[in-house]
Amino acid sequence: MKHLLSAADLDAATATEILDIAASMAAVSGREIKKLPTLRGRTVVNLFYEDSTRTRISFEAAAKRLSADVINFSAKGSSVAKGESLKDTAWTLQAMGADAVVIRHPASGAPHRLANWVEGSVLNAGDGTHEHPTQALLDAYTIRSRMGKIDGLQVAIVGDVLHSRVARSNVLLLTTLGAKVTLVGPPTLVPSELGEYSYDLDAVLPEADVVMMLRVQRERMTDSYFPSAREYSRRYGLDGARVRRMPDHAIVMHPGPMNRGMEITPEVADSPRSTIVEQVTNGVSVRMACLYLLLGGKHS
Amino acid sequence: MAYAKTVLSNGDVQRVVDRIAHQILEKTQGAQDVVLLGIATRGVPLAQRLADRILAFEGRSIPVGTLDITLYRDDLRQQSMRAVGRTEEPPGGIDGRRVVLVDDVLFSGRTIRAALDAISDLGRPAVVQLAVLVDRGHRQLPIRADYVGKNIPTALSEKVRVKLAEIDGVDEVQLEGAPA
Repeated sequence: MKHLLSAADLDAATATEILDIAASMAAVSGREIKKLPTLRGRTVVNLFYEDSTRTRISFEAAAKRLSADVINFSAKGSSVAKGESLKDTAWTLQAMGADAVVIRHPASGAPHRLANWVEGSVLNAGDGTHEHPTQALLDAYTIRSRMGKIDGLQVAIVGDVLHSRVARSNVLLLTTLGAKVTLVGPPTLVPSELGEYSYDLDAVLPEADVVMMLRVQRERMTDSYFPSAREYSRRYGLDGARVRRMPDHAIVMHPGPMNRGMEITPEVADSPRSTIVEQVTNGVSVRMACLYLLLGGKHS
Repeated sequence: MAYAKTVLSNGDVQRVVDRIAHQILEKTQGAQDVVLLGIATRGVPLAQRLADRILAFEGRSIPVGTLDITLYRDDLRQQSMRAVGRTEEPPGGIDGRRVVLVDDVLFSGRTIRAALDAISDLGRPAVVQLAVLVDRGHRQLPIRADYVGKNIPTALSEKVRVKLAEIDGVDEVQLEGAPA
């Protein structure tokens, strides 16, 4: 595999291999010396055109634990602010000898374009409302380590599906791995072409093994998709009463950052059922596995 | 014409393991402070067998761990991507202990170099020793084994194939190749 652009590029065998490698990487994160020499001398560029905390830090930690050199590039305060195009930036990175470029971009499809312009591997760290494959992988990893399996599970993805690259990648990956995904949210925010969907959260909860809450992405909303924040959180917010309607073994996930009180109440977010902190920890292991997969061997 | 010659057959492998277990006991004053680290894949069952034999001979239970050295290899870029196995530290760790690395075949020495790097990331043993079932020569690094089951002179073009009951269903060491 040369690039990781979409969760659709991963078949069940490759995805499972990434999760297995991630499990080995997680063992390294528990050691006193959290470092492997695997990618010594390789250069990984974090190219971030959008604000991000956890994804950028997570990729940086992952690359550093594998001994790669990391260059962080954020659009703010760079030549991009002076009007440089993505293509020219790509050539600059190429000239610097980047072995891998981790890109986050507000435009859907930007990583695909970049992959044609640079020789190194391209990892999609979120492009517009399109995809975020490493988030889907870390979610799959988290589900597998909590539930012991993914195949056959009922997963509800709840909230602003329309603007969510996390939801898109998760639908693709979790379906590949054998889970049954139901998208839940107000009709204005749930596109019907992605798969099974429902507008009634309370009807879906009793059947769900995994409930994945999505952030309401106010920054991407150009229209009014629901009457008020209060109405949204009353119909689609996850509170203690709704959690009690879920099966006892079911878990609650959120990719972060959370709007506490909007899509999830603090009571739920901080409960033992919530995997939100684990997801962040697992993100580093999964991204180490992805970097190893793309950079660790020779491409034929 | 290709050929495959059996160098060690079923009973031989276990006898060789028994002898290495005795040698470890002899060289380490009854295996005091010893921990065994099997290198994946076939070093792992060998390490377990050595521990079983030492327990049978001396009544001393030796901690056993496994070491996967894939992420420490120096030829990662030359080969296609390798699957990563699991590293499990032996109970009680390796700090200050006498670590005996266990592998099936000693060849170029590069696996052992990688294993030594991996060990230094896990802790600081007092001593590191090496036990191998087969030494086939052709070293590319200044590395030698402390315990050798069998020295097999080989040509570079030949292959040494080790089979162990735990993984392959049978104990056997074969030398395979095509005559020049």
